[in-house]
Amino acid sequence: MKYFRLIWAGLWRKKARTILTMLSIIVAFLLFGLLQGVNQGFNSVVANLNVDRLYTNAKTNMVDGLPIAYQNRIKEVPGVVAVSHWTYFGGYFREAKNAIPAFATDPEGLFKVYKELKIKPEYLQAMKSTRTGALASETLAKQYGWKIGDRIPLGTSIWTTKEGSNTWYFDLVGTFDASAFGSGGFPSFYINYDYYDEAKAFGKGVVHYYLESIKDPRQATQVAKAIDALFENSSNETRTQTESQFQQMQMKQIGDINFIVNAIVGAVLFTLLFLTANTMMQSVRERIPELAVLKTLGYSDGKVLALVLAEAFVLCLVAALIGLGVAAVLFPALKAVIGNLPMPLIVIEMGIAIACGLALVSGLPPALRAQRLNIVDALAGR
Amino acid sequence: MRDLISLRNVKKSYLRGQQKVEVLHGVDLQIEPGDFLALMGPSGSGKTTLLNLIAGLDKPTSGEVTVAGQRIDQLGRGALADWRARHIGFIFQFYNLLPVLTAEANVEVPLLLTNLSSSQRKQRVATVLNLVGLADRGKHKPNELSGGQQQRVAIARAIVADPTLLVCDEPTGDLDRENAEEIMNLLQALNRTQGKTIVMVTHDPRAASHATHELHLDKGRITNGAKDAA
Repeated sequence: MKYFRLIWAGLWRKKARTILTMLSIIVAFLLFGLLQGVNQGFNSVVANLNVDRLYTNAKTNMVDGLPIAYQNRIKEVPGVVAVSHWTYFGGYFREAKNAIPAFATDPEGLFKVYKELKIKPEYLQAMKSTRTGALASETLAKQYGWKIGDRIPLGTSIWTTKEGSNTWYFDLVGTFDASAFGSGGFPSFYINYDYYDEAKAFGKGVVHYYLESIKDPRQATQVAKAIDALFENSSNETRTQTESQFQQMQMKQIGDINFIVNAIVGAVLFTLLFLTANTMMQSVRERIPELAVLKTLGYSDGKVLALVLAEAFVLCLVAALIGLGVAAVLFPALKAVIGNLPMPLIVIEMGIAIACGLALVSGLPPALRAQRLNIVDALAGR
Repeated sequence: MRDLISLRNVKKSYLRGQQKVEVLHGVDLQIEPGDFLALMGPSGSGKTTLLNLIAGLDKPTSGEVTVAGQRIDQLGRGALADWRARHIGFIFQFYNLLPVLTAEANVEVPLLLTNLSSSQRKQRVATVLNLVGLADRGKHKPNELSGGQQQRVAIARAIVADPTLLVCDEPTGDLDRENAEEIMNLLQALNRTQGKTIVMVTHDPRAASHATHELHLDKGRITNGAKDAA
């Protein structure tokens, strides 16, 4: 600690250069914090998914769909407790920018499979008795100011009604609490499959995927295999996975987030490495006579090496902590993408570890040069 | 009296490219504690090389260098650094203060290597700055001080850890006559009142006149023994 003033003063010998380098590190770690935060957020969502739920979709492609008739056959598979299904409706409210995560489903089965979703029994009963009924999450209803009894028009670019319209009308019969799944991304508007299937102009009798609740999570693999075995060699073969595997597969369809994040952050940090190393190298080169004076005064080679390395650590760590701090403050702004998640602590820990690595790699070459400095030559300007 | 510094048959040569350059040719020298020795001679005579050997900044090609009872030519780099911290105070021609630190912080630099507490270090720094007449300039950075004041700060830095020996390389070489005189008076006072042993390289006969002995070097050889200057 007593050397801190010496280290700090060395760092600020060229103020403009140090400030610019620090700004670069701050921006890099801000980017790192935000991107890794999103990445870790996705990972933690996937990790927290229920393992006693299975998803079954067409083996060829999720959007190919599976016959509705499969539902009863899947129910018979040992270990399966409840079965429901989802078909992507993909509507929007008034304008295309107001996308609604709407799904056609069998509501009674769905709330058995998704026990985390909380709904009043009377709402579920109302849904069963209203063919054009719809259920919305409390958050979604609040977002658009919907009230029970409202008739909600949903536009869709996929499904045309038998009458040739792309606007469907649904009666909001109830709301449900989906807070267990965060505020973003989870399907939060349900319509009756029976009504949807009857009213649409094409693609009848098909669902996009089945959802199964199973008795014992340890039997997930066996149950999944048993379901797929049922439809083996049929014209609609299936692929059954756990919920977490399914979510990971879906994420891969929009790109390997982990890979993209790591590639971007890696490129930024790699560039930063050269920048910081150059700053440290220049700083040491300019201070060779001063470092020689320190050695003359009795500072050992090791101590001079440690002082230069400490400068690199202070530079990188201070700037990285500022960058990560700003990222943590800005992180809630990404709620639309990842929901209400705070920045995971692991991101801060990773950031600090990377900053230490950066300091070591960029600081070591100039520190070694300072360590090897010959006093007589350095004082003579050789 | 036992010698503080003893050099026996010290030779030093450098390689300049492919060529071996002999700088010192078997120097023998003894300096007693409390001496103030002026090393004089033309450029290239080996004065600074001899000073560097005495201060433990460099090692002889052959021969023995004993300072304060220690064969410093046999010490490794780490041990030599520790030894310098304990025994040597160095004063340079161009002051060589750290420009980003205040005068106080510059003077404190050698004390960071000791086990003194922060308050003890502050007290020592204040004492030596007062001794060199710069008690009111502690918060100033080197570029806010005159050449003479900077050299005083350098002297304060050299004596703050109470070294056995003060080593000065042209301490007045960058100063006008008035400031040079003040610096030499200060060094002389340190020698007389504090009993500091001083070895000083200089070209300036006026500066040398403050020493108790003069030693002349020419082409790497002592041309006279250490003799009384005053």
